[in-house]
Amino acid sequence: MSAIIQFHNVSKHFGSLKVIDEVDLEVHRGEVVVLVGPSGSGKSTLLRCINGLEMISGGDLIVDQLSVKGGNKVLREIRQEAGMVFQQFNLFPQMTALENVAFGQRQVRHVGRTEAKRHARELLEKVGLADKEAHYPHELSGGQQQRVAIARSLAIKPKVMLFDEPTSALDPELKQEVLNVMRTLADEHMTMVVVTHEMSFAKQVGTRLIFMEHGKIAVDGKPADVIDSPPNDRMRDFLRHV
Amino acid sequence: MNVDWSIISGFLPQLIAGARVTLYITVVGLAGGMLIGALVGLMRAYGGHLINGIAFVYVEVIRGTPIVVQVMFLYFALPVLASIRIDPMTTAILAIMINAGAYIAEIVRGAVLSISRGLTEAGLSIGLPRWKVVVHIVGPLAFRRLIPPLGNQCIVSLKDTSLFIVIGVSELTRTGQEIMASNFRAVEIWTAVAVFYLIMTGTLTMILRMIEKRMRIL
Repeated sequence: MSAIIQFHNVSKHFGSLKVIDEVDLEVHRGEVVVLVGPSGSGKSTLLRCINGLEMISGGDLIVDQLSVKGGNKVLREIRQEAGMVFQQFNLFPQMTALENVAFGQRQVRHVGRTEAKRHARELLEKVGLADKEAHYPHELSGGQQQRVAIARSLAIKPKVMLFDEPTSALDPELKQEVLNVMRTLADEHMTMVVVTHEMSFAKQVGTRLIFMEHGKIAVDGKPADVIDSPPNDRMRDFLRHV
Repeated sequence: MNVDWSIISGFLPQLIAGARVTLYITVVGLAGGMLIGALVGLMRAYGGHLINGIAFVYVEVIRGTPIVVQVMFLYFALPVLASIRIDPMTTAILAIMINAGAYIAEIVRGAVLSISRGLTEAGLSIGLPRWKVVVHIVGPLAFRRLIPPLGNQCIVSLKDTSLFIVIGVSELTRTGQEIMASNFRAVEIWTAVAVFYLIMTGTLTMILRMIEKRMRIL
């Protein structure tokens, strides 16, 4: 397996605050990496560095052989290979579900209108929302919005999917429908990096679990192993609270 | 008291001519003001230190001085400073453009900044360049939010044209003043002038309400 994401000694500062502290990490194709940790541990920032929503302050970060330090054009290429799903969904409110999914392909991949729509319908069907294509985001439940958001990211045909607490804003019964879609993606060997507090998802779907603390990777191992027998007290303590 | 409303009818053609001048200055001035406002507002919202700074100075200078002073400056000081002499009509249009531009810039900036950062990030995340995020995502959403304050500014600018009386532009207020000077019918003439303004601002309000109804604020 080849590494698709490589952190080389990556640091990130916000002013004098060091959020990511000299992290080395390789994510390989087909891996489902689950990032956990207490709030402020840098897990979301680590994720957002991968597609350049946050610029790294030190070291280098390579995504699909491109450096995030390569400038705007390279950054756009990286973002097309690394789709992002947000906690707050962030669907475009002036567009229907179908338009949300078709929009990116038309603008970024320069796909024709009919082809983009056809592909968008396929993706909405994949996330179980074929009947909602004409609905606007405010007419959809949180879980449905998040599934449209996943379809929107998939539409660009990314090689990696980044999930930033995708179920944290959802009611418990709506979480499952989103997690199921993510499970399907994992089954199709999509490379995924997921920031989440869903330990059962981590255990069932994750191929690797990373516990972050104070901007560093504190634990890195097989989800079942590290969840069932946490290698340190801090993580044991953390797991008791999620 | 001797009030005779019938005398107004004789002056209607004059008043209508004045109202047309007022409307012309307003429409052309606001068209320019919107262009300036959009540009400066975006400079304020997205520009680096230098671009933002230039835009900030413009907005502060215009907002911080009375429009009468701005008109006087354009008409009387500019010829002295730079030997640029412009006729009253051009001065009037220019004054509305520059003045409304500063206020509209703040309206545009506010509307743009009110759009959730998350939507910009979502747009960037699918690989769009920033300008496309502004044009396709932030722009259309911000536009809906700037209609109510923009409508307000249109009405303010329309009424501001009345002060071009000081440089002798024959707009509605000046027309009223001239008729007054000939017959001293203060009640009738100023009432008629006020009604003319109300008709124009009322129409503007109706147009804005129609636009607002057609566009949901998202």
